[in-house]
Amino acid sequence: MNDKPILEVRHLRKHFDGTGVLEDVSFAMREGEVIVVVGPSGCGKSTLLRCINGLERPDGGEILLDGARIDGAADLVKVRRQVGMVFQSYDLFPHMDVMGNLTLGPVQALKQPRAQVEAEAEKALARVGLADRAHALPRQLSGGQKQRVALVRAMLMHPRLLLLDEITAALDPEMVREVLNVVLDLARDGMTMLIVTHEMRFAEAVADRVIFLEGGSVLEDAPPARFFHAPETDRARQFLASFEFDAVRQPPKD
Amino acid sequence: MQDLAILFRGNNLRRLLGGLGVTLKLSLVSVALSIALGLVVGALMTLKNPVLKAFFRLWLETVRIVPQLVLLFLVYFGLAKAFNLQISGETAAVAVFTFWGAGEMGDLVRGAITSIPVHQRESSAALGLTRAQCWRFVLLPQAARRLVPQAINLTTRMIKTTSLVMLIGVVEVLKVGSQIIDAARYDAPQGAIWVYAAVFFLYFIACWPISLAAGRLEKKWS
Amino acid sequence: MDFDFIQRFAPMYVKAAGLTLRIGAIGILLSLAVGVLCCLARYFRVPVLRQIAAAYIELARNTPLLVQLFFLYFGLPKVGVKLSAEACAITGLTFLGGAYMAEALRSGLEAVDKAQAESGMCLGLTTLQNLRFVILPQALATAIPAIGANAIFLIKETSVFSAVALADLMYVAKDLIGMYYKTDEALLMLTVAYLALLLPLSIAFSLLERRLRYAGFGNSVQGQ
Repeated sequence: MNDKPILEVRHLRKHFDGTGVLEDVSFAMREGEVIVVVGPSGCGKSTLLRCINGLERPDGGEILLDGARIDGAADLVKVRRQVGMVFQSYDLFPHMDVMGNLTLGPVQALKQPRAQVEAEAEKALARVGLADRAHALPRQLSGGQKQRVALVRAMLMHPRLLLLDEITAALDPEMVREVLNVVLDLARDGMTMLIVTHEMRFAEAVADRVIFLEGGSVLEDAPPARFFHAPETDRARQFLASFEFDAVRQPPKD
Repeated sequence: MQDLAILFRGNNLRRLLGGLGVTLKLSLVSVALSIALGLVVGALMTLKNPVLKAFFRLWLETVRIVPQLVLLFLVYFGLAKAFNLQISGETAAVAVFTFWGAGEMGDLVRGAITSIPVHQRESSAALGLTRAQCWRFVLLPQAARRLVPQAINLTTRMIKTTSLVMLIGVVEVLKVGSQIIDAARYDAPQGAIWVYAAVFFLYFIACWPISLAAGRLEKKWS
Repeated sequence: MDFDFIQRFAPMYVKAAGLTLRIGAIGILLSLAVGVLCCLARYFRVPVLRQIAAAYIELARNTPLLVQLFFLYFGLPKVGVKLSAEACAITGLTFLGGAYMAEALRSGLEAVDKAQAESGMCLGLTTLQNLRFVILPQALATAIPAIGANAIFLIKETSVFSAVALADLMYVAKDLIGMYYKTDEALLMLTVAYLALLLPLSIAFSLLERRLRYAGFGNSVQGQ
């Protein structure tokens, strides 16, 4: 692993209608590192991710990618070509088949030759177990299949950094595993990922570091073994305890 | 520019407003009749009777495809000739607009009723509501929210379409405008632009508030 | 019913139908162009242009075509702008239709989920690429029924052009009634002519609408 940070977030602040969602968030991540962001609903996890690839404009602080400022960058398009993002609701383009969804970015945004992209896309689809669905329309796929396609779509852009925003929150429990396996696979390949999730077991398995966000700031930033088994703050303990309870009761997902 | 004064000469302005009154009267009478008939027609349209269905389908396609002006001619000239029935332009206009409006309104009513999910009916039954209570408290309020903005929109369409009745000899605002221009052809040769601009404006102030209200209600209730 | 009369004057109707169709087609295409421009001005929130577009749409939608036409044909020459009847007809139809098309397109654009635009952005597409590949295809599919209804509405509206002495279907019918008192025949041919023009169009659009719905455009599952 390279020690130079790939992403640096310094004192990030974001307010919506006067209420602070992010107050003061700072952390850095190295190439190949996987960071999982956890915290109660409404703690600003999604907003953090949306700020990083410019879907929201921060109100203060700095975001640096490979040492260059990207917050409020004039060329958001260029930033987004280096930072991939996958959402909870998959958001495949309904009017294009799977292959159309996969090739759009590389062919139009990166100007790569279509044949080359298609060959690569086929290989990637095979890897996630969807080799035979290349010409299916999104509505013909299950939620888990859609989300795997969305992951492949983001990966084909060869991003420096991949942001995953609760990508299993909308899935039936039996589909969660097939999606998370793909993410674990990416982690093994050394993909740099910043992940927001409510799946604590998965978080523990995939993370190099866990960031616990609450009240708009980072309360803990620790390796998973320490965060999950010996958290330092009371808030983190309460948060984790709520999952112990929920594990029995199957919580409603937000 | 000095011919702008033509609007304010004599009782011209009053005549124009009187013409607008005819326009509004024709459209409001037609709208009222259309809504009354449309409610009945719409309820009938939800029935599954194939003969009724075909009949309403034909009616609806006719009023959607045949231009209103053609319908006006068919009724005004056609009826007169075929049955030796001399009806006034205004009667012909109300008849045509009601025929058109009741069809369109009926379809809106049908759409509003069928848009309510079956689920709503079932859950009110599960609450122990009677059929009448279900309509009164659950179905009609929801149908009305969909229907009212669309019915208001139909009103502006009627008002605009009444401009056609000058072509079958009804003296409404556009015709009054033409008469004013004709009368002043020599002393205000440039009058036409101002008079027609005024008519344009009169229609706009008649229709715009109604459109705004419809848009507002639609947004509020959607 | 005088069939000799119908036979004799049918070619006049065919010719007039051609004119109606030509003006209708040109008007519809120009309306779409105006509609797209207005819609984009509002979508991208272009200052000034956006307000102009909004005002124009309200004006055109809340006034009758016949009045717009009289203003163009009888009013404008008084300030030195002389347009032929045909140019007036096309201008009037475009003025009216552009506003309707803009509204149809706008509701199509609004129906495209915001997340779709964000996904496109996240793939590094430029604004224009995003519009072209992701947003517009979905917006158009949603707007097709409204665009079709507008097209039929605009062709119907051409019937008022007889009032500015344009020799369209309505004009021929009025002429025949006035000259020969063959009211039944003239009106029958008039109705048949409009049906022949508009029925195929109406059927074509409802088929297209069904196909698009089948394709499931704009039908993405958002969450649960």
